[in-house]
Amino acid sequence: TTRSPCGTLETKGMFGAEFRRFSLERTKPGKFEEFYGLLQHVHKIPNVEVLVGYIDIHGDLLPINNDDNYHKAVSTANPLLRIFIQRKEDADYSAFGTDTMTRKKNVLSNVLRPDNHKKKPHIVISMPRDFRPVSSIIDVDILPETHRRVRLYKYGTDKPLGFYIRDGSSVRVTPHGLEKVPGIFISRLVPGGLAQSTGLLAVNDEVLEVNGIEVSGKSLDQVTDMMIANSRNLIITVRPANQRNNVVRNSRTSGSSGQSTDTSLPGYTPHTVQNFHPEEDDSDEDDIIIEDNGEPQQIPKAVPTSESLESLTQIELLHDSTQNGFIPFSEVNLCHSAGNVSMEYEIHDPDKKSLEDGAIITL
Amino acid sequence: MQSVPDDYRCGKALGPVESLQEHPQDSSKILIGYSRGLVIVWDQSTRNVHHLFLGNQQLESLGWERSGRTVVSSHSDGGYMVWSINSSCRKTLEPLMSTIPYGPFPCKAINKILWRTCDSGNHFIIFSGGMPRASYGDRHCVSILQGQSLVTLDFTSRVIDFFTVHHTEPEEEFDNPSALVVLVEEELVVLDLQTPGWPTVPAPYLAPLHSSAITCSYHISNVPLKLWERIISAGEQQSPRHSSVNWPISGGKNLAQEPTQRGLLLTGHEDGTVRFWDASGVSLRPLYKLGTANIFQTDCEHSDCLNQASEEEWPPFRKVGCFDPYSDDPRLGIQKIALCKYTARMVVAGTAGQVLVMDLSDEKSNHMISVAMVDLLQDREGFTWKGHDRLTPKNGSITFRPGFQPSVLVQCMPPAAVTAVTLHSEWNLVAFGTSHGFGLFDYYRRNPVLARCTLHPNDSLAMEGPLSRVKSLKKSLRQSFRRIRKSRVSGKKRVGANSSSSKVQEANAQLAEQAGPTDVEMTPVQRRIEPRSADDSLSGVVRCLYFADTFLRDAAHHGPTMWAGTNSGSVFAYALEVPSQEKFSERSVEAVLGKEIQLMHRAPVVSIAVLDGRGNPLPEPYEVSRDLAKAPDVQGSHSVLIASEEQFKVFTLPKVSAKTKFKLTAHEGCRVRKVALVSFTSLACEDYTENCLACLTNLGDIHIFTVPGLRPQVHYNCIRKEDISGIASCVFTKHGQGFYLISPSEFERFSLSARNITEPLCSLELVRLRGTTSRSPNFTGTPKLTQANGTHMLQGSEANGSPGDGTWTPEEPQAAFSPAPTDSPSSPDSPLDTTGDITVEEVKDFLASSEEAERNLRNVSEEEARSRGILIK
Repeated sequence: TTRSPCGTLETKGMFGAEFRRFSLERTKPGKFEEFYGLLQHVHKIPNVEVLVGYIDIHGDLLPINNDDNYHKAVSTANPLLRIFIQRKEDADYSAFGTDTMTRKKNVLSNVLRPDNHKKKPHIVISMPRDFRPVSSIIDVDILPETHRRVRLYKYGTDKPLGFYIRDGSSVRVTPHGLEKVPGIFISRLVPGGLAQSTGLLAVNDEVLEVNGIEVSGKSLDQVTDMMIANSRNLIITVRPANQRNNVVRNSRTSGSSGQSTDTSLPGYTPHTVQNFHPEEDDSDEDDIIIEDNGEPQQIPKAVPTSESLESLTQIELLHDSTQNGFIPFSEVNLCHSAGNVSMEYEIHDPDKKSLEDGAIITL
Repeated sequence: MQSVPDDYRCGKALGPVESLQEHPQDSSKILIGYSRGLVIVWDQSTRNVHHLFLGNQQLESLGWERSGRTVVSSHSDGGYMVWSINSSCRKTLEPLMSTIPYGPFPCKAINKILWRTCDSGNHFIIFSGGMPRASYGDRHCVSILQGQSLVTLDFTSRVIDFFTVHHTEPEEEFDNPSALVVLVEEELVVLDLQTPGWPTVPAPYLAPLHSSAITCSYHISNVPLKLWERIISAGEQQSPRHSSVNWPISGGKNLAQEPTQRGLLLTGHEDGTVRFWDASGVSLRPLYKLGTANIFQTDCEHSDCLNQASEEEWPPFRKVGCFDPYSDDPRLGIQKIALCKYTARMVVAGTAGQVLVMDLSDEKSNHMISVAMVDLLQDREGFTWKGHDRLTPKNGSITFRPGFQPSVLVQCMPPAAVTAVTLHSEWNLVAFGTSHGFGLFDYYRRNPVLARCTLHPNDSLAMEGPLSRVKSLKKSLRQSFRRIRKSRVSGKKRVGANSSSSKVQEANAQLAEQAGPTDVEMTPVQRRIEPRSADDSLSGVVRCLYFADTFLRDAAHHGPTMWAGTNSGSVFAYALEVPSQEKFSERSVEAVLGKEIQLMHRAPVVSIAVLDGRGNPLPEPYEVSRDLAKAPDVQGSHSVLIASEEQFKVFTLPKVSAKTKFKLTAHEGCRVRKVALVSFTSLACEDYTENCLACLTNLGDIHIFTVPGLRPQVHYNCIRKEDISGIASCVFTKHGQGFYLISPSEFERFSLSARNITEPLCSLELVRLRGTTSRSPNFTGTPKLTQANGTHMLQGSEANGSPGDGTWTPEEPQAAFSPAPTDSPSSPDSPLDTTGDITVEEVKDFLASSEEAERNLRNVSEEEARSRGILIK
């Protein structure tokens, strides 16, 4: 491989413990398939299905699996393009993602030390405790575009919920034509409160549901009591007064958080998200018991339902992937059981980067 | 009118007709009285004026003497005149006699006057009103004058009408009245006119429930016969009958079956009394009245001496009736009652933190009460109580009549109102709670076992007064009670009064609904959405207390426990060391905090109950040892049911872990007001019984849930949601019935159980007189059926005037009530409305088979043949 600062790119590939250095035309990288073939060639693994990843400028391990990200990888590499190659059947998808190289040491050590990795259950990648629920718009895909379902998550904040509701009337389309019906509306937002700071609710939004229960036919006091009873995890479906800020969707199949565009996840339907709402917050609702020894503790559930646990994991996993902007593979569900074997990866300490950069080894 | 002399008319109108009275002997003659004072006797057969009395005083009412020879007229200046009809002259210018009985100072009008003759000589003159305007113008009086004896009957509420029961047969020469019946706004009083001193005749029904405002109620099912008899005997000794006359009103026949069990309803009152009512059947019968005021030193000396007015007083007032809405000291008010029906031991707790332990004694007693103070603040510093003082108990020994006699008085400090009380007579323990904390007292050894402060550490100021908000709520509730009382009395047509009271209710509703702190600036139709905070100023209020023999420490040993729930969703569970019965005097009871549960949603804890291994509620003390209940299952694991205002939860014991729950508020948007564990016995099979949780919500609905599964079963609308006092007053019985106040004076009884129904079945027989009415003469009262499935029946209770026992002949052709109002001309619409309240309004035969109705009809026609000696007139 020749070294040419302007035209070629130095490339360092790693497969297991093996390093290969070679160069590419920076201006004409070619197609991903050609690159894939090149890797198989330089590592002498012609018939092994592999996953290809690279370290981007932020130190993240990102995948190369199509022309686009291949070109991206080549164009952003500065000055060295570092490639990691895993056997596909042993692939650890959790290794990919934001800050994977710097923060998630454990993930990398999993990659690097298979013994250690084997002992830990794979589930560690997406335990609910790793995530803090935040107030958000949810269920965009299953609601009419004119409606908005808002989850106000008060957990751990000192902010008041900070809103008031009132009686009012709204116009509905009924079989008998347009009819004026009584409704409940947001009447006021407290400055600095959760409702105002999230920007998800506004004055004069009509409240349609509280935690999945329709409010039509209920009095202001009843709705007040329902909201207070659910105040730790309040899910309000509103018809926003301002309909111009609605989430615009191309199809009915957009993801639950409004970010993901992939629907190929097996087992995921909007319905699971629906199930997820009404009672999922039990851990937050758990009462505190102080035994005679004086130690407060959460009251455990007598019989945890395995069903809900599963759905919980699944959803959080989805959350994980979408948050990282990572487009999940169709095999994503396998990652629960897949264990990495035999393949060893090496990673360079970022501190050594300059040294690496300086030491030019060519194949 | 030509016969009226011109100089009398002076060109002016005679004014409206004030009174029309038929001649007692000759029905063709009518006495007509005009407002200006002119009275004429009109002969209907000849159609001309028979006689003229040229009165000059504004007329109020007229009355005939039996023979028809004398007429008495009453006037607006508080005087009455006697006129004689002598056939010689058609015109009478001057009355035979004219007097102002309560003169010489200006007097109020005499609204109604009656003249009754007696074979003993002196006739009766009975009139209402006429009191000296300045000094006694606000009294509600009826005066009885016979010869030299005059009694001024002093009623506590407005006189609506009165009549006498007397001989009406034409062959009798004299009226010989046997009784005077006075209808006042709040009660019906009958006086025996044949016994010297004219004593009152005790009413067998229609006793005013609200003689002092009801502050709490408590129901005991299946009262043992022995206790029942002792209470009745105490009641009889308490109010010996002075009159031998039987109740002169025929209220019809009660066709309902004899009640299968004895039920006792206890009402606590504002004046410190507890009244015991027989609630076994349709009619509430007063059994016994317990006063607690006499053990305290109050400003006004409490005794029955009010009845014996001092001799020299003029007018000679005599207080009659038992309605007495005035309480000497609001601190005396009864807040909570608990009674053990097996040991006849009772605990009564009041507004000033007083807790009285009482025992039923058949003997008179003179003893000292042992007084103990329990400081519920414990070591809280920087706290000053700014509310009322504690009540000062009387020194020395006090004489008690047979009945419930207090033995121990526990006073909570600070003396805030007691909010929860419970009794375990087997362990000799009483637990009580206020807004500051709760305490446990061993009344056998007479020493406190435990005191615990429940105030949130952050607020030292919140509870310094007598619950500012709670109090104002109560106060306004009381006001709205008064308003209701007033508006009921002053007639339904008065929209003004009604709307103002409904406004008060609305405001109260808002107060009651809003648990969180309210923003003063916000408009009333806004509601703030905020979770409950831990340091709400009412968080320390103890809402419920409960004793149970269960597993608290470990799964192997069960033992006595005490549970307390607060307004902020805290539950404290104490393990108790109770010595065995023999060692009670040697060893003291000890309490160790076992568990503390903080419900995350922080809603007030309404009720706590422990369920045994089979899911049944634990039996009451002594129930098992006396073979009255099955022993609880102590093999399986117990669980505790905690009902908050928002949700029900069942936790396992001894390790507290959530088993089942139902979030009522999150689902329905209603809040829990009252709950009770109720046993429902199958209609088809007597041996099959299910225990359920009955729950009354703030919307007035009743929901039934399975226990311990907490599955919703059915729910009914029961009380109007605006009727806050009704909802607050509701009590459930153990077998699926309940009571609530539909007005300050009326309990409505409802049944949730198809097996356990109390129906007012009754008939009323009428004597047909001249001019028979078209209406069927027989009435069979049945309850109004409000639910299609027939399991929920709303039944009028005694005070509601259920036709079987509370009313008199509704279609009496000779109407007992004169159409003219006797008092307060300012509310001309009132008397008819009010009387309408207690006559039969809704007597419709839904249930009785036609066969039965026919049979009743036949009975009546047989009855009809016989004539009666006395007619109520």
